[in-house]
Amino acid sequence: MSDLVNPVEPFLRTDRMPHIWCPGCGIGTTVNCFARALIESKIDLESLALVSGIGCTGRVAGYVKLDSFHTTHGRAIPFATGLKLANPKLNVVVYSGDGDLSAIGGNHLIHAARRNIDLKVICVNNLIYAMTGGQTAPTTPGHAITSTAPYGAYEPAFNLPHLVEAAGAVYVARWTTFHVRQLARSIAEAFKKKGFSFIEVISPCPTLYQRRNKLGDGLDTMKYYKDKSRVRNGAPTGEVDLTMTGEIVVGKFVDRDRPDYQTLMRAQLSESLGERFVEQTEMVCS
Amino acid sequence: MVERCKACGFCVEFCPTKVLALSSAFNSKGYHPPHVVNPEKCSGCDLCGMYCPDFAIYGTRTSVAGAKEKEKDNEG
Amino acid sequence: MKADPRGVLTGIHFLDGDHACCEGALAAGARFAAGYPITPSTEIVERFAARVPTVGGSFIQMEDELAASITLQGAVWGGAKAFTVTSGPGFSLMMEHIGYAAMTETPCVFVDVQRGGPSTGLPTLPAQADMMQARWGSHGDYEIIALTPNSPQECFDLTIRAFNLAEEFRVPVMFMMDEVVGHMTEKVVIPRAEDIEVTPRRHTRKSVEDYLPYGTNGDMVPEMAHAGEGYKFHVTGLTHDEHGYPNMTAPMQDKLVRRLQEKIRAGADRIAMCEEANLDDADVVVVSYGITSRVAQRAIDLARARGLRVGKLRLIAVWPFPDQRIRDLAGHIKALVVPELNLGQMVREVERAAAGQAKTYAVPHAGGGVHRPEDILKVIVEASR
Repeated sequence: MSDLVNPVEPFLRTDRMPHIWCPGCGIGTTVNCFARALIESKIDLESLALVSGIGCTGRVAGYVKLDSFHTTHGRAIPFATGLKLANPKLNVVVYSGDGDLSAIGGNHLIHAARRNIDLKVICVNNLIYAMTGGQTAPTTPGHAITSTAPYGAYEPAFNLPHLVEAAGAVYVARWTTFHVRQLARSIAEAFKKKGFSFIEVISPCPTLYQRRNKLGDGLDTMKYYKDKSRVRNGAPTGEVDLTMTGEIVVGKFVDRDRPDYQTLMRAQLSESLGERFVEQTEMVCS
Repeated sequence: MVERCKACGFCVEFCPTKVLALSSAFNSKGYHPPHVVNPEKCSGCDLCGMYCPDFAIYGTRTSVAGAKEKEKDNEG
Repeated sequence: MKADPRGVLTGIHFLDGDHACCEGALAAGARFAAGYPITPSTEIVERFAARVPTVGGSFIQMEDELAASITLQGAVWGGAKAFTVTSGPGFSLMMEHIGYAAMTETPCVFVDVQRGGPSTGLPTLPAQADMMQARWGSHGDYEIIALTPNSPQECFDLTIRAFNLAEEFRVPVMFMMDEVVGHMTEKVVIPRAEDIEVTPRRHTRKSVEDYLPYGTNGDMVPEMAHAGEGYKFHVTGLTHDEHGYPNMTAPMQDKLVRRLQEKIRAGADRIAMCEEANLDDADVVVVSYGITSRVAQRAIDLARARGLRVGKLRLIAVWPFPDQRIRDLAGHIKALVVPELNLGQMVREVERAAAGQAKTYAVPHAGGGVHRPEDILKVIVEASR
């Protein structure tokens, strides 16, 4: 007989189901892809830590059965940096939203990319601050109605792949929640990479972003992703801006090699200190 | 989990062989969960499972006589 | 347990307070610091950056204090003893994460080498005006522990105590230095590692199935686990239950926040620390801390030379405030004199604790320098009348 367990179940804190995400929200879909990437990569779950910030996507930390940390708004990346530096054997994933990572967390995003800290960042981008009721985010496309831009947004929006590539990320990809297989594959690839990996996932927020802009529900949005996405692997990130109803360029944009932060640190310190350099093996105090 | 389903429609829409359709039944939250209408067409690809934002459904391949089946979690 | 000798620079040194603090952290077992430069604290992490690669650990200079104050907490959950250092403006930026440490019960040390404020203020000159902020700076109800050294030797010794208290109570500890103590150079004796007591991390011995991240065994302080050990626990800043799961209800809030408060208050006796002299026959007691206590000592000596019966109570553990000690003392003296490098902060606590039994005199100073002994003496004389 068939195995009656949903492959994602072992990764979930089933005692906390059902989750708080709305009907048609794509965050749960990204978690499925994440779970499958973990299965495929055969990552040791005991040496995996997941760090999130505040927001709808930030709630992922509370639903996955891993060492998980729900930290402060915008600061998942520096917390993750501390985890990784104290225990380099950990695989550290940052799972957070566009507002958390690129607005309040923007400074930390670019510095972690610059330093090439070995983190896998999954940025669920629903183009809005969802949890708090649908305010403008740095990624909100022009003319979109939000609760703090009731007459339509007029700020230019961030192009996140472009930003993190410029800052130094070694792996940059964008998919939508329609591209489940590609997303799972990108996450698996990021696990093989050493350095700062950034995977943006465009996702619906049917309750706020889509509804206020009369863009339909979650399913309508998924159909829009299907119709209007164009896979352009290797596309120059400067060309992948998003608009409210226009084309969505997806794909793996950047996959390059740069020494990661700890490799650089180790090299510099051992060169300068020679035998006096004591490589930190484990900081675990007990 | 039938009870987890919020009838978003992703699984119905994106099943490549149109195995599913929204049923007229209700779960306790008042949603119409999908049901299998074309079981023989299920290839066990598990796209439904990957799409479902509520972890309510998944597809799997059974090894019984090569038949493929889609499983709907139906524990409470 | 004993200190790890790799971090202990045994010997007789001539160090300033900042440098001594760094050595104290290393002796206590700190192997991670995240910092951001700010005068007059920077030397602490500069020294740590130079020392820790030869001891085994790491330092990272983060892009701002918001990052530094949370990076150190990630390191704690990854298994390290960790700290950061700052001064007024950075301390203000760190407030949210001090609250996060209190809420998630992350043991760590925040060093504030106080300088003139508010705002940019006097970067290179002393003050003691962050004392209330140390206690109340973050939002919500929480308790912290704060220590105030008054010499480079104490910057060494008390930093170890700060780390030990942090581990014992799973709380962020505020190490409240000031610019003079930080930059004055004196003899610092660093003992052998086997003579230094260090409190280990309160690590759980429970199995994965039995472990509750925020469950307690009756002593109000939960046991910890680190990421990567298989416990698969959840930590959140939201109001949470014993599993660490968000539980945002009034009853859970009451239970959690009261425990966070009680665990410190119940340990007040173990935390309390002060230096007392000549209290038996005193009419007037000078209550002071940090650099001001050294000036106050001179004023007390001058007053005694004049025949005034003056005693000294130097606060070393400032928060939780030693209410009981002050209350008892106030019952049989005439007055308390409280000089500080601020316009009246700890004096409010002294007056409150005295409960009207003795008069309380403030000797404020806006900062930028230290009191002259005569300024304190004048008030002692007035209080003695």
